[in-house]
Amino acid sequence: MSDEWVTIEVDGRELKAKPGTMLIDVTDAAGINIPRFCYHKKLSVSANCRMCLIEVEKVPKPLPACCTPVNDGMKVSTRSPMALAAQKGTMEFLLINHPLDCPICDQGGECELQDVALGYGSDVSRFVEGKRVVPQRDIGPLIATDFTRCIHCTRCVRFGAEIAGVREMGATGRGEHMTIGTFVEKSVDSEMSGNVIDLCPVGSLTSKPFRFRARAWELTQHDGIAPHDSVGSNIHIHTRGNRVMRVHPKENESINEIWLSDRDRFSYEGLYSEDRLTRPLVRKNGTWAEVDWDEALEYTVKGLQTAAGSDGDQLATLVSANATLEELYLAQKLTRGMGSGNIDHRLRQGDFRLDGNDSPVPGLGIGISDIESLDAALLVGSNVRKEQPIIAHRLRKAVNGGGKVTFVNSLWLDLHFDAEQLVSTPDQMVTNLAAIAKALSAKLTGNLAKIVKAAEVSAEAQTAADQLKSAEKAIVLLGSQASAHPDFSVLTVLASAIAKAADASFGYIPTAANSVGAAIAGAVPQRGPAAVAIENSGANAQMMQKIPRKVYLLMGVEPDGDFWDPSLAISVMDEADCVVALTAYRSASLERCADVMLPVAGFAETSGTYVNAEGKWQSFNGAVRPQGEARPAWKVLRVMGNLLDIEGFEYNSTAGVLEELKSVCGDVAVDNSVSTKAAAEVQSAVDGLIRVGDVPIYATDALVRRASSLQKTKDAADAAVRISAVQAEKSGLSDQVEVIVVQEDNRVQLPLVIDPRVPEGAVWISSGLPGTEDLGGQYGEVTLEKA
Amino acid sequence: MANEVCFRTLEYLKHPWEIEEYKSRGGYEVLTHILKNKIEPSEVVETMKASGLRGRGGAGFPTGLKWSFISRNAPGQKYVVCNSDEGEPGTFKDRDILRYNPHQLVEGMVIAGYAIGATVGFNYIRGEFWEEYERFEAALEQAQAAGFLGDDLFGSGFDFQLHSHLGGGAYVCGEETALLESIEGKKGQPRYKPPFPAHFGLYGRPTIINNTESLSSVPVILKEGGEWFKELGVENSGGSKLFSISGNIKNPGVFEVPLGTPFSKLFELVGGMKDGRKLKAVVPGGCSSPVIPGEEMMDLTMDYDAIQKAGSMLGSGAIIILDDRQCMVKVLDRMSYFYHEESCGQCTPCREGTGWLWRVVNRIENGKGRQEDLDLLESVCGKIAGRTVCALGDAAAMPVQGMLKHFREEFQYHIDHKQCMVGADLG
Repeated sequence: MSDEWVTIEVDGRELKAKPGTMLIDVTDAAGINIPRFCYHKKLSVSANCRMCLIEVEKVPKPLPACCTPVNDGMKVSTRSPMALAAQKGTMEFLLINHPLDCPICDQGGECELQDVALGYGSDVSRFVEGKRVVPQRDIGPLIATDFTRCIHCTRCVRFGAEIAGVREMGATGRGEHMTIGTFVEKSVDSEMSGNVIDLCPVGSLTSKPFRFRARAWELTQHDGIAPHDSVGSNIHIHTRGNRVMRVHPKENESINEIWLSDRDRFSYEGLYSEDRLTRPLVRKNGTWAEVDWDEALEYTVKGLQTAAGSDGDQLATLVSANATLEELYLAQKLTRGMGSGNIDHRLRQGDFRLDGNDSPVPGLGIGISDIESLDAALLVGSNVRKEQPIIAHRLRKAVNGGGKVTFVNSLWLDLHFDAEQLVSTPDQMVTNLAAIAKALSAKLTGNLAKIVKAAEVSAEAQTAADQLKSAEKAIVLLGSQASAHPDFSVLTVLASAIAKAADASFGYIPTAANSVGAAIAGAVPQRGPAAVAIENSGANAQMMQKIPRKVYLLMGVEPDGDFWDPSLAISVMDEADCVVALTAYRSASLERCADVMLPVAGFAETSGTYVNAEGKWQSFNGAVRPQGEARPAWKVLRVMGNLLDIEGFEYNSTAGVLEELKSVCGDVAVDNSVSTKAAAEVQSAVDGLIRVGDVPIYATDALVRRASSLQKTKDAADAAVRISAVQAEKSGLSDQVEVIVVQEDNRVQLPLVIDPRVPEGAVWISSGLPGTEDLGGQYGEVTLEKA
Repeated sequence: MANEVCFRTLEYLKHPWEIEEYKSRGGYEVLTHILKNKIEPSEVVETMKASGLRGRGGAGFPTGLKWSFISRNAPGQKYVVCNSDEGEPGTFKDRDILRYNPHQLVEGMVIAGYAIGATVGFNYIRGEFWEEYERFEAALEQAQAAGFLGDDLFGSGFDFQLHSHLGGGAYVCGEETALLESIEGKKGQPRYKPPFPAHFGLYGRPTIINNTESLSSVPVILKEGGEWFKELGVENSGGSKLFSISGNIKNPGVFEVPLGTPFSKLFELVGGMKDGRKLKAVVPGGCSSPVIPGEEMMDLTMDYDAIQKAGSMLGSGAIIILDDRQCMVKVLDRMSYFYHEESCGQCTPCREGTGWLWRVVNRIENGKGRQEDLDLLESVCGKIAGRTVCALGDAAAMPVQGMLKHFREEFQYHIDHKQCMVGADLG
């Protein structure tokens, strides 16, 4: 980077700038306002709106500030008669065909055209001809369009090409007939699509769920943290009265830049789902009765005490990693206070054999913003694009900058960047990884050394190994599908050894908003708060189900939607003496399994802290009061602690809990160290077909499963059995519309879809979708029968 | 004196588009000479500079200078692109080159490639030129077979592949950067400049892009010498030029005459006005150039400076001659509709302004003009001109400005009387 600076003069002010910087960036930094529409700091310069025309000394024509590089001694006037005439001229042109429908336009009050028109527009229009009208287009459930208002800035088009990585929108037609649209009336399906709503300077693209719900000036803005993926995107929650009206991104260059995934933007709708629980419910003689809090808590405490009895081991606490750090901390404190070591948030983990030798605080291991400067990355068991859209966006930037990415997966991914994909059945993922380890001469012991030795190094594996090895900045990451894998321990040790041999970083892409926080707070059986190892570890999530317990305490989880093996979860909870659920929803599976449902606050209704993938603590306040009689979960846990006479539950606020957390584990960082000596047998090989069960982007947690608009998108497809055409032929199912899936003793009939993304030998059946709750684990042998 | 450059073969050959006939009049001799003797590319560029050839597509930028912007030895792919989009209303000269002398263009393009170190060329042909496209394709095949295209031409180590590309019918694709976008398979929209194509051209590589007539002139210039070519014309306007002459005249067509030829001489060549009508006005350089009244035109010579002094442009050399039956409001109505229809839609002033201009002119033409309309037209033109990425905005404004400058009273009459001034004596 050159240290040279040039001096320019803008409106009589002297400014220093790097030569070649575009003028508008210099004036923006100096706080000099030049009106603009097409220019956007995160998008390429198109210079077509002509709003930012300014005068440069000795240049006869006005120049666009967005693409005029500065050079030494340049004298610029942004408000000279020539500049103003040009700006006002453009404004007049923009307005002649723009409808005067501000009173019914959702953008009204926060419209760039409206704002700029105030300064540069005229009071009376000289245009007496008929205005342009553009037919409506339906581009999906999230974005409302009104292309008559379009000013053709093409920000949305450039967003698709440059940021989302899918050219979903484009301009067709010439001149006045130019319109923005999708190719042949397709819908816009990117998982980042909602960002075009923010980018659109006018009311051409607005939020469909928010449409006609409120005016911008009626809303109160609250800072918040997005509650789904592990990015911890910074958000603005806009409320009116006691209702969340919409969610916008809040700029944080080191985390989400200015972007937000659709899941984080539109999931707030789930807060107002019909099955929202607003009063405590207790099962009385087999039927659900609404009771007051006192009665519910009394019932709860009695249930916990009697069933747990003297043997704390009968209490099993299963918590959601979307809960706050404070809630998770109190949940483990309560559980351990009752003498039980059984607490876990890893409800979708498929293999716990590494516990004790596993990473104490599994996280990214690098900063989120560091991802974009990676030279090479190996992602194991991850559909990063749909699981962590913002991380995928950073990876995409790395690839655009020349970085090389390799995936080891059990499904072919639809990616928005170039990457090598090694796709195989789940057991062969181990072999593929072993091949890369072999190419790098990674050091492994015991059983794994044998596997590596036996592996054949394919050309792809060699390339992946070479890329990692030769890269200056490289990383090996395990994703959500790796943790759900029956050989997660094997994959972890192999991946960690590969990273070591390639001199690359090693880490995990945590699944949920607070997965890292859960490890820090001690919401795992093998470690307490601050990830301090516990000698006599309690049972992990899997063991809490395999060996049924008498009492289950659930926080923010639903038996049908949040477990690796939902049919097992449902059956053991069905049999239990007492199931207490702290829940925001009265879900069907809880109605079936639980004995008490305590209504707790949902997203935006409570204060708390999330720890994101890179280990950053981000605290937030509640934006609205919880609905009905719902209370923040931390308060419920606090009262339960008091009623159970457990010490140390005298908190008055989340700040109090946070203070304690900070003193106990404030300095605990992400720690991805793994004992590579830990050996384990490969257990994912099956004789027949094996199920690959991912969790679709809009099925990951209770809130998003109820977000009605997201549930109408293409990514929220219904459950189906997906196999390759070759496999369908082999299994004699090519002509079938529906098939019966048999997994362990469960039989479920589902539609059959031929899908080229599935490798031979595998059956792709997503988890977390209605219709799959009666199946077994996310991975495991299945047989398909004709319906 | 006429037909010495692009049409040099026309009067001698029966099938001038056939390679054998072209060769019989010295065709491909220059290329062969250059390749066999490995003439210094810089020498070629110098000759082009000396010729004073200015881009024949309309902008008139010196061709040799354009070539010299590209460093022949810069690494990586470079391209030569020929602009045969010929969309300027009134222009139909490049079509005749493609029809009757395609090999001279091929030869010119290979030489251009040699001069700048480009190994691939594209000829972007206007979407409506089906027959010309096929004829050019046939010429390419013949040239390939004869060894004038391909690898290691005449053992010189120089490779050159040439492809033709049929456009989609958009006027704006005649703008060089929109043309490049179109070749790349994108929507034809001009790019913001700088960077110019010489630095960031086709597929982001250094590219020279010249008009068909310019490139076809190259073999003759190199054969006869830069000075010879320059001497054909006048000061600042070297060489001869093709003029496409149309309108209410007896003998419309394409004429190759030296630059600086008096308009009156050209007027004689086309046989004067049809039906014994009077010369009213001339659009001297294609639809985009401001109109000049007939009597003023008769005193002008056809060269860049003279036409510019008269307040118009030589442009692509498309001369549209109008007789006294023509209502200028109607003429402008048709012209403005063209720009409204052909604006690419990228820049606000042109996208919105061209439609506005046309609607106002159209209203006046249809007897619905308002008193304030003429001032409005001038004001709108002022807000379009000079404020867009490419020159289409200027091109839309100039005819309006020219008409209002010279024929304002006809427009005023239309507004006042809701009918044509010239309507009464329509013959």
